Amino acid sequence: MTIEQDKIQEQLVVADNNKKNSTGALLSVQDLRVHFELRKFGFGHAGYVRAVDGVSFELKHGASIAIVGESGCGKTSLMKTILALYKPTAGHVIFDGKDLSTLKGADLKAYRSEVGFVQQDPYGALPPFMTVQRILEEPLTINGVKDKEERLERISKVLEEVKMTPVNEFLPKFPHQLSGGQQQRIVIARAMILNPKLLVADEPVSMLDASVRVEILKLLRGLQEKHNLAVIYVTHDLSTVRYFSERIFVMYAGQVIEKGQVDLLVNNPLHPYTYALLQGTSDPDAHNATVMKEVPPGEPPSLVNPPSGCRFHPRCPKIIKGLCEVKVPPEVEPVPGQLTSCWLYE
Amino acid sequence: MKNLKKNFAEISRYPSAVFGLFIIFLLVALAIFAVIKIPYSEAVRLWRGGEDVWYMNPKNVPPAWFNTFRKTKLPESFAIKGGEEGFTKTVTPSSPDTAAIDFEYAFDFNYDVYPQELMLYFTSTYQSKNPFVSIYLITPDGEEIRIGDLGISARQTFRFSQDEKLIKRLVREKRNDDPMLGLFSVPETDPPVPQKGSYKLVVNGQTFEADSDINVEFVFHGQSYGLAGTDHARRDLMVALLWGAPIALAFGLLAALATSILSMAIAAIGAWFGGWLDELIQRITEVNLVLPFLAVLIMVGTFYSTSIWTILGVTILLSIFTGAVKSYRAVFLQVKESTYIEAAKAYGASNFRIIFFYLIPRMIPLLIPTLVSAVPAYVFLEASLALLGLGDPVLPTWGKVINDAQSNGALYKGYYYWILEPAVLLMVTGLGFAMLGFALDRIFNPRLRGI
Repeated sequence: MTIEQDKIQEQLVVADNNKKNSTGALLSVQDLRVHFELRKFGFGHAGYVRAVDGVSFELKHGASIAIVGESGCGKTSLMKTILALYKPTAGHVIFDGKDLSTLKGADLKAYRSEVGFVQQDPYGALPPFMTVQRILEEPLTINGVKDKEERLERISKVLEEVKMTPVNEFLPKFPHQLSGGQQQRIVIARAMILNPKLLVADEPVSMLDASVRVEILKLLRGLQEKHNLAVIYVTHDLSTVRYFSERIFVMYAGQVIEKGQVDLLVNNPLHPYTYALLQGTSDPDAHNATVMKEVPPGEPPSLVNPPSGCRFHPRCPKIIKGLCEVKVPPEVEPVPGQLTSCWLYE
Repeated sequence: MKNLKKNFAEISRYPSAVFGLFIIFLLVALAIFAVIKIPYSEAVRLWRGGEDVWYMNPKNVPPAWFNTFRKTKLPESFAIKGGEEGFTKTVTPSSPDTAAIDFEYAFDFNYDVYPQELMLYFTSTYQSKNPFVSIYLITPDGEEIRIGDLGISARQTFRFSQDEKLIKRLVREKRNDDPMLGLFSVPETDPPVPQKGSYKLVVNGQTFEADSDINVEFVFHGQSYGLAGTDHARRDLMVALLWGAPIALAFGLLAALATSILSMAIAAIGAWFGGWLDELIQRITEVNLVLPFLAVLIMVGTFYSTSIWTILGVTILLSIFTGAVKSYRAVFLQVKESTYIEAAKAYGASNFRIIFFYLIPRMIPLLIPTLVSAVPAYVFLEASLALLGLGDPVLPTWGKVINDAQSNGALYKGYYYWILEPAVLLMVTGLGFAMLGFALDRIFNPRLRGI
């Protein structure tokens, strides 16, 4: 019953997205599914981890979206699939009209040079045995910039852009000689050095001090505007989303449960999960010290056996018994520009 | 460069490392010296040479410097040719065709032990009538002992202790029937006491043709020789001790370098690609781990070739797939998941680049101490194989010296220097690398610091 409905919905979404694809978006993700096989004793099948289970969205040149969700909701798997680090189990990722799963060799390399990747842990993201110069040279060398002079020129240009000046002072340094903020700037510089069209930022500020966060976010915002970058901003922290994303996708258990304009969604969350997530946002407010915030009870669901019906129903405070746990909620648009999958608005 | 300096500064904080480096430096200097002083072909020629090359040396004698520490001094060996300084040659023609050719050599004998042997090597030129020589030895007390009279051919050897006539004559003169004891003792002493002082060897020659000439070489086989002594084949042990250094270092370093680097590369490739390749590498390693290493080497040495290159190759092959592959793989599996590897993949780094530029450099700190510590193991392995009789048949090595010593009963007969010299060199080599290796391990392995 449920499965059939799922399939129908899938087909609808695919059809929907195929229509949208013709509009010429930079990136189009169509009903993407990423499943990891679980093995028993190293062999034998024991089910799948459905990390991403039917996600679709589109991104235009220069646009930015935020993917929000708690740990383990599949947002990192989604992002890594977009980066062609994981292979999709089903569905498509289409970049500039090319399907990622068909790319091989030189084409794949060309695609990778057009997508920048900013990671969460800046220290781990930088090879500890390479100097800043070598770190920034690597992507250039790999992507065929053979002239040493040109490489150095591009390195100093990108370092100036991320405000690591004087450039020559930083070139011979090793990552451990830099502060967390500086390390993250190097990571951003490395992502930007090939002049990508799309930047994927995986929680770029979550490991940084609060004081540095804003600077890094402003830097990213500046780069986005200057280079007309499309940005996918992955985070679990809604408070940082406002800085530069236009649209928010809220993910839960491998699916998008609510999406819409930042202002709409932040000010008026529709889905109970989004509401809970917003409640969990930390704001520097003295009032917070005395109040216990409401958080959704329970643990994030198992991705091997996701709950039937609405995947949030075991933790939902507004559960409609007999409906939510049986049927998968359809996507509805109660407020223009804000879509959600919840029976409350049907 | 700056890094190198920093590392060196760190090394200098460990006295054991400095000492180890010092030993390694000395060994390398010794090896370079050996290769320059005795070229390879010369070393091989000398080591394989028989009596013709080594006739000048006594058999099985300790080094000359032993005398410094001995109460009873051992006579040193020497060899001198007629006409050289001190060994005068006078030619006095007596008629148009005949001439007297006289040789005289005075030498000091201030030792407490009798020489091993005295020999005269005559060379002469003549058409049909061969020259004639009379040999005398004048002892310090002025007595002239007739050694022998003989007609000589183009090449003739006269050995003092093997001349029957001389032995009979000595017995007649109531001297000892061992020519060495008879000639070099104070007369009529029992037990015989060596007579110290200046001896003079006189050789009176007579030629019977115009253009006929005599020359002689006096070889005095003492009871000590050179810096290292000699072995049963009269060979100077110094040749083997010197040449053992470059061979041991080359074998140890090449084997250690090749095995560690190949193990690391193979472990990295397996860990990176995973799947059947990794499985294959792991299974090969497991099979190789249960193969008896030494037995396989002995088999190869016995049935195929004992050339040092073959042995080196087989050693490396058998040492690649060992526990090192497993332990490196364990670390690589961990490093493989680092986010910087993910980043490298995301900007398009090839598998080759990731393995050799991202995975392996991370392991260099682990590699260096292992490599240094592995060197002595291979040096000892080479020596052990030589000791088992599987040494390179051509090259002089430390292990082969011990093998010769052992098969000639060196310790039983009291030639302890024969075994000790190469053994000490082997131990010092091991010590040097081990000391440096331990210190490097502490420097590169921060967990060991302060223990």
